[in-house]
Amino acid sequence: MAPTPANPMNETVTTNTAAGGRRRRPSALARREERLGWALVAPAALIVVSLIVFPVLWNVSLSLQRIRLIELQRVDFFSFDPTFANFGRVTGIRDFWPTVRTTFVYTVFGTVLSLGMGLWAALVVRHAFRGRSLVRGLMLFPYVAPVVAVTLVWRIMLNPTFGIANVWLERLGLQRVDFLGRPSFTFLGAELPLALTVVILFEAWRYFPFAFLFILARLQAFPAELEEAAEVDGATISQKFWYIVLPQLKGVFSVLFLLRFIWTFNKFDDVFLLTGGSAGTKVVTVQIVEWLRGRADIGAAAALSLILAGILIVLLVVYFRWFYEEETA
Amino acid sequence: MTRAVFEERLFGFLKWVSVVFFVVVTAFPLLYMVSLSFKNVSELLVDPGRFLPSLDDVLSLDTYRTVLRPTAAGGQGFFRFIRNSALLAVVTVVVTTTLAVFSAYAAARLRFRGKRAISGGILLVYLFPAIVVAIPLFVLFTRFGLRNLYGLVVVYLAQTIPVALYMLRSHFQTIPASLEEAGLIDGLNRFGVIRRITLPLSAPAIAAVALYVFMIAWNEFLLAFLFVVDQPDLWTLPLGLQQLNSIEVPTTVLMAGSVIISVPVIVLFFVAERFLTEGLTAGGVKG
Repeated sequence: MAPTPANPMNETVTTNTAAGGRRRRPSALARREERLGWALVAPAALIVVSLIVFPVLWNVSLSLQRIRLIELQRVDFFSFDPTFANFGRVTGIRDFWPTVRTTFVYTVFGTVLSLGMGLWAALVVRHAFRGRSLVRGLMLFPYVAPVVAVTLVWRIMLNPTFGIANVWLERLGLQRVDFLGRPSFTFLGAELPLALTVVILFEAWRYFPFAFLFILARLQAFPAELEEAAEVDGATISQKFWYIVLPQLKGVFSVLFLLRFIWTFNKFDDVFLLTGGSAGTKVVTVQIVEWLRGRADIGAAAALSLILAGILIVLLVVYFRWFYEEETA
Repeated sequence: MTRAVFEERLFGFLKWVSVVFFVVVTAFPLLYMVSLSFKNVSELLVDPGRFLPSLDDVLSLDTYRTVLRPTAAGGQGFFRFIRNSALLAVVTVVVTTTLAVFSAYAAARLRFRGKRAISGGILLVYLFPAIVVAIPLFVLFTRFGLRNLYGLVVVYLAQTIPVALYMLRSHFQTIPASLEEAGLIDGLNRFGVIRRITLPLSAPAIAAVALYVFMIAWNEFLLAFLFVVDQPDLWTLPLGLQQLNSIEVPTTVLMAGSVIISVPVIVLFFVAERFLTEGLTAGGVKG
C-alpha cells in the first residue's frame, strides 16, 4: 500500500472513455454508473453535510445572537436580531490578547519541535540495526496512547511533591520545581515561560511519531543511486544529508508543517488536560470551552471559535500563497 | 583523520546516543505508568524515588480492584466506562467503515457529476477542527435532548467518516482499474466487483482504517466532555479518568485506570504494526 498519489492506469481508462463518449447522450451504462456513484456517496455525504457543513454555517448565526445555555429550550433559532455584542465581549476581556499570543507560541514551537524531533527519529532508524523494529514500535507509543492517560503520566512525573522528576532534582541538590504550575523561570538573566515550555515539550513528544512516520516513509522511497554517487564523489555524511537528503524532504515537510500547524492551532485536549489553562498556558480553544461550559455563554463561545477559524484561514492563505511547496512524487 | 572518517565516527556515536535517548523518552513514561499502577499510594508518598513496586502489591492488584469496582461498593466504577467506551467505539467502527468503503470506492472509481466537488470536500472536511463544529452540535443536541451515547455516536461518525474516506480513497486509487474491468467483462455487476475483487485486495487497508477509527473513538475526549460530563452514567473511559483526576482519588489508582485505557490501543498497534504504519502515512490520522 505505497502512498502513490495518482495511478497512471486509472488515468488512461478515464480519458479513453471520456473521448469515446464525448458530447453524446450518455449511454445507459454511464447513467447507471452515475446513479450508483451518487447512491454510494449519499449516506456519508449526508452525515458530513448535516454534522459538519451545516453546523459550521449555523455557528455564524449563533455568534450573532445573545444565547445563554439556560435559555436554550426557549430560544427560537430562526428569528433573531443580529448583534455583534458577542465579539465585543470575547475580545474585550483582559485575557484575550495574551491567549492569542500563547496560542501562536504554542503552535509554532510545538509544530517545529515535533517536526524536528520526527526528522531526527527518522534518520536514527533509517538504516537497519539490531532491535530497530522494537525502537520503531516504541516510538509510536506517545502518539497512539490515549491523551488522557499520557497527560496524566506527565502530570504525575512532574508533580512537585512526589513526581520522579523532582525527586531526581532534589537528589542532584537542586530545588523542587512546580513545572506545570509556575508561569515563568529565570534562565541566564532572561525571564522565560515555564509551564508553557513544558506544554510545548509535551507537544513535541506526543506528535513527533506522526512526523517520524511520514519522513521515514519518504526516506525509504529515495533512490539509493543519488547518495551512492555522492559517496563515490567523496561526500561526507553531513554533506549527503545537507545537499541530497534534505532537499528531497522539502515536499513532505511542507505537507507535515501544514497538517501539524492546523491541528495544533485548534488543539484543546492537551493543554486542558495538562494545566487546565493555568500558569500562562491558556490557548484560545481552552477559552472557548470556558465560555461554553464555565460561563454558559453560547453566543460568546461561537464568536470566539469563529475568530479562531478566521485567524487560521488568514494564515493558511498566506502559507499557500507564499510558502507552500507542492510535493512532487 | 580525514573529515569523512571523523564524521563517520561522530555520527556513528551520535546514532547510538540518539537510540538510547528515544528509547528512554518513550519507554520511561510507559514503564512509570505501569509501575505506579501496582503500587500502594502510601508507598509512593513515603519513597517517591523508588521505581519498582513491591511484589506483594503487584500480586494483590489492589489498585485495579479499586478502579474497577462499582461506585456503590466504594470503587470507581470503571467497568461502566469500559462498557460505554467499547460500545461507542465498536458502533463507530462498524458504521464508519461500512459507509466509507462504498463512498470511497465511488469517489475513487465511478464517474458521476459532482465527483470533483466531493473529492475536494473530503479533504477540506478532513482538515476541519473539531472545536469549531463542537459548539453548534452541542447546542443542537442539547435542544433536542440528544446529549447521550446515541448522540455521541452520531458526532463521532462525523469525525471519523472524513478520515476513513480520505484514507480509503487514496488506497482504492492504487488498485489497478484493469482488474475490475476484467471482472465486469466476465459478467460481474458493480457490487460483485466490489465484493469479489476490490474488498479482498483491500482487506489490510480496511483493517488499518477500522483500527484507526477505533483509536479515534476510544481516545476521544473533547466531545465526550462537552456532551455527557454532567451524566456520570454515560462517561467514557477518557472522560471518567479525567473526572477522577479532579476529585481526591489516589494517584496510583489513576495510573491503574490509565493502564486499562491504554492497553487495548497499544496491543492493537503491536499486533498490527506493519500495515498500520503504512496506513498512517497513506492517509494520516487526525489529531
